[in-house]
Amino acid sequence: MIKRAFAFVVVALLLVIFFKMLMLWQPHTDLSGVAREYVAKEPNQLGAVNVVTAIVVTYRGLDTLGEVSVLFLAATGVALLLRRREKKEKGMKRRPASEFLNTGTNLLIPFIVMFGAYIFLNGHLSPGGGFQGGAVVASGILLSLLVFPRFSLNHALMNWLESLAGASYVVVGILGLVLAAGFLDNRFLPLGQYGALLSAGAIPIIYTFIGLKVGTELSGILENLKEE
Amino acid sequence: MILILGFAFVLMAIGFWGLLTRRNMIKMVISLSIVDTGLEIGMISIGYIKGRTAPILDSAVGIAQAVHKVVDPVPQALVLTAIVIGVAVNALMLAFVINLYQKKKSLDISDYRDMKW
Repeated sequence: MIKRAFAFVVVALLLVIFFKMLMLWQPHTDLSGVAREYVAKEPNQLGAVNVVTAIVVTYRGLDTLGEVSVLFLAATGVALLLRRREKKEKGMKRRPASEFLNTGTNLLIPFIVMFGAYIFLNGHLSPGGGFQGGAVVASGILLSLLVFPRFSLNHALMNWLESLAGASYVVVGILGLVLAAGFLDNRFLPLGQYGALLSAGAIPIIYTFIGLKVGTELSGILENLKEE
Repeated sequence: MILILGFAFVLMAIGFWGLLTRRNMIKMVISLSIVDTGLEIGMISIGYIKGRTAPILDSAVGIAQAVHKVVDPVPQALVLTAIVIGVAVNALMLAFVINLYQKKKSLDISDYRDMKW
């Protein structure tokens, strides 16, 4: 009873704060400050059509490196916590799925993975990028984990792929430091023609590595959660 | 956009209420995820400018006049990071819940009152 009242008071106070924030908020009418500089200077400096990708990968690239590290830590933590014991209790056998589900999944999975790869390859031209594409690829893996009772990923291969992708991301950053103006600068490759697939310097390469890393990482997390 | 910001605040309040009053551990994890989602919706809605379009500078928007035609791209970039961090935190919390459940076979958080030492 006391706990309920206490929770109610806390949420009511929170709602008062939010209401005051809502009433005092004036929406912007023009870009200002850093956003104006980014949108004005970005096509000539970096050559990417998608401004949000340019911000995430180059202007604020160090934050993305931190985010990739946090994801890696979480995947490692999940793998460590859910480590299987030596004697594997098999549990109940799952019966196989129906014919309709099997055929539909076999038809859909290549398209899902291809769509995910399309998303992270075109991150600099249209909305999307490494994280979104990696999540789509992991959702294809989740579909096959749910439908096929004996589906399992090769753990060693997943770990190697993920570590190599992460290390390559840092190597590309160091190449930017050595060959161009700074860490994770994308201009050490030519900027190319605006709007083409192979343009914007190293941005497609960086996003491809991030997409591979996130895809394999999320698939590893899902498989660890399924094993239990 | 005031409506969407209000909706985001309502989501955050619902999430906090669920976090404070629920005892089932999985419901607490889901409430925290709802708070995250509300916060991200709020952050994106703050960057909106009336009558403008997405910050993709293709031939429809044009490079020269882009500064007067696109919404603020910086909150969108920050929310991208926030969503990924939310996923990582959720995965780790659920792994903890699974481990705790295997020790005592109960999802009620008031069963886990003993200290470690």
